[in-house]
Parts: sequence; structure tokens; C-alpha cells
Amino acid sequence: MFTDSWNLMNTSLKKSQWTTAHGRLPSAFRLLPSALCLVPSAFRLLPSAFCLLLSGCAGVQSSLDPAGPQADHIARIWWLMLFILSAIFVIVMALLALATWRRRASADNETELILKPEAGGESRMSTLVTTGVVITVFVLFILLISSFLTGRSLHSLAASNPQPLTIDITGQQWWWQVKYENDMPSQMVTTANEIHIPVGRIVQFKLKSNDVIHSFWVPNLHGKTDLIPGHVAATWIRADRPGIYRGQCAEFCGHQHAHMAFTVVVETEEQFKHWYDAQLLAAAQPANTQLARGQQVFMTSTCIMCHRIQGTDAGGAVGPDLTHVASRLTIAAGTLANTRDNLANWILDSQAIKPGNRMPPNPLNTEDLSALLDYLQSLK
Amino acid sequence: MSQSMSQTDQSAHAGKLTAANEAIERRVLEQTWGDKPGLWGALTSINHKTIGKRFIVTAFAFFILGGILSLLMRIQLARPENHFLGPDLYNQIFTMHGTTMMFLFAVPIMEAMAVYLVPLMVGTRSIAFPRLNAFGYWIYVFGGIMIYVAFVLNVGPDAGWFAYVPLAGPQYSPGKRVDFWAQLITFTEVSALVVATELITTIFKLRAPGMSLNRIPLYVWSVLVMAFMVFFAMPTIALASTSLILDRLVSTHFFNPAEGGDPILWQHLFWFFGHPEVYIIFIPATGFVSSIIPTFVRRPVFGYTALVLSLISTGFIGFGLWVHHMFAAGLPRMGESFFTAATMMVVIPSGIQIFCWIATIWAGRPIFKTPFLFALGFFFVFILGGMTGVMQASVPLDLQVHDTYFVVAHFHYVLIGGAVFPIFGAFYYWFPKFTGRMLSEAMGKLNFWLMFVGFNLAFFPMHYLGLKGMPRRVYTYPALAGWASLNLLATAGGVLLALGVLTFIVNVFVSRRRGALAGDNPWNAATLEWATTSPPPSYNFFRLPTVAGRDTLWVQPEDQPVIVGLRTDVRQVLVTKMLDAEPDHIEEFPKPTIWPLLTALAATGLFIASIFTPWAVVWGSIPVGIALIGWFWPKEKQKDERPPEEVKENVAKQDDAYLEEVA
Repeated sequence: MFTDSWNLMNTSLKKSQWTTAHGRLPSAFRLLPSALCLVPSAFRLLPSAFCLLLSGCAGVQSSLDPAGPQADHIARIWWLMLFILSAIFVIVMALLALATWRRRASADNETELILKPEAGGESRMSTLVTTGVVITVFVLFILLISSFLTGRSLHSLAASNPQPLTIDITGQQWWWQVKYENDMPSQMVTTANEIHIPVGRIVQFKLKSNDVIHSFWVPNLHGKTDLIPGHVAATWIRADRPGIYRGQCAEFCGHQHAHMAFTVVVETEEQFKHWYDAQLLAAAQPANTQLARGQQVFMTSTCIMCHRIQGTDAGGAVGPDLTHVASRLTIAAGTLANTRDNLANWILDSQAIKPGNRMPPNPLNTEDLSALLDYLQSLK
Repeated sequence: MSQSMSQTDQSAHAGKLTAANEAIERRVLEQTWGDKPGLWGALTSINHKTIGKRFIVTAFAFFILGGILSLLMRIQLARPENHFLGPDLYNQIFTMHGTTMMFLFAVPIMEAMAVYLVPLMVGTRSIAFPRLNAFGYWIYVFGGIMIYVAFVLNVGPDAGWFAYVPLAGPQYSPGKRVDFWAQLITFTEVSALVVATELITTIFKLRAPGMSLNRIPLYVWSVLVMAFMVFFAMPTIALASTSLILDRLVSTHFFNPAEGGDPILWQHLFWFFGHPEVYIIFIPATGFVSSIIPTFVRRPVFGYTALVLSLISTGFIGFGLWVHHMFAAGLPRMGESFFTAATMMVVIPSGIQIFCWIATIWAGRPIFKTPFLFALGFFFVFILGGMTGVMQASVPLDLQVHDTYFVVAHFHYVLIGGAVFPIFGAFYYWFPKFTGRMLSEAMGKLNFWLMFVGFNLAFFPMHYLGLKGMPRRVYTYPALAGWASLNLLATAGGVLLALGVLTFIVNVFVSRRRGALAGDNPWNAATLEWATTSPPPSYNFFRLPTVAGRDTLWVQPEDQPVIVGLRTDVRQVLVTKMLDAEPDHIEEFPKPTIWPLLTALAATGLFIASIFTPWAVVWGSIPVGIALIGWFWPKEKQKDERPPEEVKENVAKQDDAYLEEVA
């Protein structure tokens, strides 16, 4: 079912960033300490060569396909560590192979032999072992420093803009509430499982949880940050490349941990403004009797107990806000593409799709269901 | 001529008499130290080899169960959106897999091997506190049975082996599932603590005269460090799991944020135990490697002192790393940096060990027997796991890979590479000592290659899956994510790995009956367990050995003295001094008894019943009290159940019979 959702999004949005293999890989280790800049330039090509080998690092949920500075910093230290540590691994394995092979016993029955360590050989070996340990310490020191510097770069984003776009994320079993902060309550937007951000703008996420621990993670943009009940965590990102990225809960949170995803839509400032203004509006009033019937079904069935539709009597806060549900790409926290069929199946028996989720089955008759679907799909 | 003939006759006669005396003495020792016959004997046994073998077999059985669970998970994950397992069962299975492998296999198997081997390797007749040892086994096996019965009845834990609150708390995990998990921790921690006590005491006080600290075999050192780590790590998880079960059963609010508790506290407590736990598993495995390598490269290990100091420093540093499991929880940066540095620092002692082993091989003459192959496999797999460990020490990188399949790959490389490969090597190495027969080499090599190739196929792709965004602990994943083919590969690798383990089981069953006879010391190894018969008699050594040097059997002169003067009709052991192992005094050890079993049963009743009512703690302590009183009831010193006269008479009769037979 997931395939459908992403394919559908692909065709409907005609945005190619997330299916075509994106070649923009870590261009260099520009920000790493000067010592590391001595690394020959050929070294820069290695990541792309490696990615080619592994059929590409690109993807909508890949930490190796960074779309912003945070993920980029981390991808760089990944490549640095990968190359240094792989080299060490190869050297140690070569030493081991040589040590094993050079004086191997000719027959299996040489257990009678007992070699006596000689003073000269032993002291030569202790020099070599000591050298090995010194090199190890030196390499660890380089990795330690570069890790600290990367950490500092990650935090510099937070300091660089005192007034970022601030979005409150609340983790729930098993969906995400998204709330755009604003000084004016009338300018605040509440939505679910889909985050729109303008390209190039620094965004601060304030993360909290209403129930158990979740973890907020969009691999293409940044590493993860836990949402811990009783604490408010924060993380800063900036997306430099428009596109659609997938995020997913990364801390085991119960039954449907596997289906607690969300979408990040990175768009131009104008597109974002347009989207934001649309989200600020109250829900569309039913324009005909069919839609009015749909609204009535919503208001008289179990829907109203958990969901909110701004501008109507529905004010539930247990499930996602549905004011503009039709504008979203997915339903059920990134589980299904937002199509009429999927919506119908979800309303009738969401337990078959996402067992254990909090929404009860709604055995509506065909007419009621059809009206309800018409109504929900009108909530653009 | 005739004179010399009669001299020969005389010496032959004297030889016969000596042999006769020895046979008689062995029989008396066997009567004194052996288990009683039949079922009663099995239930009352306190012999460290009987208990050790049971412990090993039980822990291995749990390894198989945990492995079957992992195969079920791999089948579920072989295809995207698979419906083989639902989320409820999958979550129980992955929780049971982790819990089984950590609490019912990895730590217990290390203790089990130590329970069997350490008394032999230090040259004594018994483990210290043998009754406690029997209790430690029983309480462990009852805990394991409890959790599997719960699992079969669909009340298996489902909040992960780490049981993070609030998910594992009363509000989000109602029912009894997590309670069973928390009580399993109680069972295993009690078992681990009592066994650690015995091992430390055995190593410090029961070593053969001459085995000063600087002559202790490296394996024994590693067990000592492990036992001390158990001492410091287990109380933390005891505190944590008790707080959790109190939160759940009597509504204390240790971890409830709504009432001023804190979920982060659980993480600190859990990982303060959980990270050392990894070293509790890894350190004895390095001891296996340190035993196998010298034997199969035919020379003493290089850098004994450096290796010992590495073990000890790993033991210390291992307690300073726990926060690297919590980098994503958003702790202050300064603190995180400290733990990055500490995590990288722990690489240094491991590096020293690896370099010393490679140097040993370099200067030796390697013989490619199965145990040695497993040691080589250990190098490849464990070092790779160590490399990814260094990566995750970096906070920024960890933020990306934490809780993804990258971590799953990492810790399987560390634990399977660092512990399972050495333990299989150790099985091949000591199987002749355990059973008197060799395991088949051909099947051993097949076993190794299946496991090695299968393991790498199963787990190497997971690194990449993690980087490509696949989180851990998901029961399914979307098709479009591009994770499907590598997951299928991992499943195929898992099947190969399982075939490798199956080969081992077949090898054990075949070789136990038909394997080549081993003799005392089939590998011509240096440590004391090879100085006695295979399998060893109940009393371990006919004459307790003394030790002249580090690689004891390789440096021992022909006329190395033995210990005499211990009674054979009473369970006497020689207690020596802690540093230099000079003889100190003779201690009488207890006889087989049913009380450890009864105490374990009573404690099991209390632990399980307390899941259902807090009053069980009150009423359940009465049977425990009775059992403990029975256990500790004072006995008259040196009073055998059979009167000594009868024993002597018996011996005299046998003596006569034997002499007649000889004549």
C-alpha cells in the first residue's frame, strides 16, 4: 500500500527530487579542520564512487543524500570516518593474514612443538605493538576532534538566527501533530503528519510528546531528536533543496511504531506562503446537499469525538486535525496515499491497515460513507 | 641375575601396590565428591561440572530459542508490507529475542563456562560455595521457563529488551507482559550475582599453590574482571527493574513525568547496567581467544601483563560509556562530549589486546583447527563491529544512525563477533575436556564457514539499510523505501547462519558417541584443566597440582610436587592466599543437598506470585525463609552420613579384593 502512496505523490506532484538519483553528494570536507584539508582532492570523489557501487545513496529517507547543512555535516563526518576506519581495518586484516600465513604449520599434528619466546624477538614485537597503539591513539584523536567540530557546526545553525520559523511537534501514538507558532493566535496553523517549510529558512522544531517517547527524524535534513514526555526538546534545520522528504519515528513507541511516518515538503517561499494562507482558513462550508450530508455524518458519528474541523462543532483533540485533510499527501501518518479508496478503507476499518491504532472501525452504510468521503475530500 | 630378577619383582610388586592404592584412593574420592545416583542425585548435585554442563546446555537451548525468534523476524522482514507476523506478535518476538540473547544466553553462557572451567584451571576440587552455585543455576532456569511460558500464553513482554518507560509503564503497557519481563530480570540478576560471588572467591582463594596473580591464566583473569563487573552493574538493573515493577504494581511514580518522575532516569539506570553488560559478555570471550590462540600457534601469549591490564581497564572504562546510548535524548553537549571521548578511549585497551594477539600469531606456528578458525573469525567480525562503534561514539553521526539498522548491524558484529564466535571456538576447544571425545574437524570447518559467510551476508547489508533510513524495531516497511532486496539478502544470510548452528548441533550429537577419544590433553595445551582426565573425575584432580610457571604444563618440570595431606573421605579443599597462592588452610566443603533447589522453587513462587499480588512478598517469604533455614541448618563438622568406620571397612574390603585380583 505504501508503494501506491509514494507513486501517487510522485505523479500528482511531478516533483522529481525524490525519485531520481540525486548526484549532489558531499562535495568536500570544506569545514573540517585544516589538517584534514590536506586530504588529496581525489578523495572527494570517493563518496560518489562508493555510492555508485551501492546503487546510489539518494532517496527520500536517506542520511547519505543530505538536503541541508545539518545532514551534510553529518554525512561528511560519516565519509571521513568510513575512509579512515576502512583503511585501518584493511591494514589490520592484512597484518593478521600475514601473521597467520607466513609460518603456518605444514601438518595438523604439530601440537608437540612448543616455541620458546626469544628476548630479541619479544622486544621487537613490543616496539611494534607500542607503535600500533600510538597510531591508534593518534587516529582516535583526529576522529574525536573532527566529531567535536562537526557538533559545533550543528549547533551554530541555532545561534545564527534568533528568530527562526518555529514549529511545535507533538508525538502521539502513532501520529504527529504539527503546529506553527506565531505571536498572533489567529496566525497559528495546526495540521498533522505533514510539515511544509520554505527552502533556505532556518526552522526550529520544538519537540514534545503526549504519551510515550518518540524520536523525530528526517534523515535527509538532520539526525534524530527524542520526544520525551515531561521535556521539551529542540532541533534546528535548514533545507537547501526543494523536495519531499520522508521522516519516521525512530524510537520504539508500541504497536504501530512502524507506521508513524510524516512528510516534509520543502518548497519555495511563495509556495510556502500560499500553502500557509490556505491552512489558516476555516474549513470550507458544504457547498451542496451531498457535502452537507457528509458533514452531518461526520458530526453524528464517532468522528467528532476525536477530530477537529475548524469552523464546525468538531473540536476533538485526540486524533489529527482534519480542517484541511484533503490538502495532505498521505493519511494515517504516512501509511497510505490520500486517495478516496484509501480513505474509505481507513474509515471503515483502520484496524485492518494499522492494527492497534486508536481509531475504532466505523461501519457506515454506502451512502453515508460516500457522502462523508465527498465532504472530507472537499476540505482542501 | 636372580637377585636382580627379584628386585624387578619387588619393584613391580611395589608398583602394583601403588597402583592398587591409587585405584582405591580414587574410588574413595569418587564416593566423597561424586553425585548421588539417580534422579535424587541429579536434583541434589552441587558438583561444579554437573552444574556447569547443565548451565551450558540450558544457555545454549535458549540461544537456539532466541535464534528461532530471529528467523521468524527475518521471514517477516524479507518482503515489504509482509503479513507473516502482526505488530503485536512481532513486538513480543523482538523483545523476547533481545531478552533471551542478553539475559538467558550471553551472560549465562559466560558464567556457565566459567563455572565449569575456572576450578579446573586454578587446580582445585570445587567451585567456592557449591550450594550457592546450584541455587544460581536453578533460579536462572526457572526464570527462563517462566518467561517462555508467559510468551507461549501470549503474555510475553513487548516493550523491548530495554523496556523504556513510559511505554513499559502501567499506562501504556497494561496487563502483565512487562511485569514478567521485570521479574525475569530479578531472576537473572540473582543468578548472575551469586555466580559472580563464587567465581571471585574461587579465583582469589582456591588457586593451586604457586599460581600467584601473575601466573593466573588469561581466561581466569577475564572471568575475574567479568565477575567484578557483574557486581557493579547488576545492582543498578535490580534497582531499575524493581522501581519499574513498583510503578506498575503499587503505583509508585519513579518514572511517571505527570507525578514528578522522569523517563530519562530509567534510561540512565538501564544503560549504566546495559553498557557494562556488553563487556560482561565480551571480556570472558577475550579470555577464550587468549586460551585458543597460544595453543594453536604453539607459543605463550605475547604481552601477558598488557593483556591483563587491558582487561582491567576495559572493566573500568566500560562503566563510563553508558550515555552514548542516549545521545538522541538531548543531554547537555559538554556531557555528551565526555562520553564521546570515553567511548573512543575504550578502543585503546581493545586495540592493545588485538595487537598482542596478532603478535602472538606472528611469532607462532599456526595450526588451522576449528577453534583457531573461530578465533580468526572473531578478529574479522569483532574489529568491524569495533569500527562502527567508534563511528557511533561521535554524537553527530550517532544522531543519524542511532536506532536504525546500522546499530543493529553494529551490535551484532560486536556481540556475535566478540562473543558468539569465541564461544563456538571455546566449544570446539573444550568439548574434548567436557566429554572425553573430539568434535569432528570436517563438520567443524563447515560449521565455521557457514556461520561466517551467513553472518556477514545477514548483517553487513544492515549497515547500509540504516544509513538509508530504515529504523529499528519496525514490524514492516514500505516497498518504495528501497530496502526490500537488502532485507531479503539479510534473511538469506540468516538462514545460512542458522544452518551453521545446526551443523554444530549435529556435530555434538554425532561426536558425543563416535568422536575420536581425546585423552587428557589432545591439543597439548598449557593450562591446568588439561592435566586431568577427560572428562575430569568428580574430584577434578587425583593429586592437587602445584604451579611452577605461567604456561603451567609447558614449563612444569617432570618432578613438580603435588599436594598431599587432604582427606579423601571428606570434602576438603586447600585454601590459599590471595596474592601468591601460598597454602593457607584446609576448608571442608558441603555435601550435596536438595535445599538449593527448594530455595530456588520457593523464591520462584514468590517472584511470580508477586506479579499478581503485592501480598505474595509477605506470604511468599515464609517458604523462602523455611528453605533458607533448612539450607543453613548447622551441621556437625566432619560428620559423614556414613560413619567413618564403615567407610574404612568398605575401603579395606575393596583393598583386599583388589590385591587378590592383582595377585
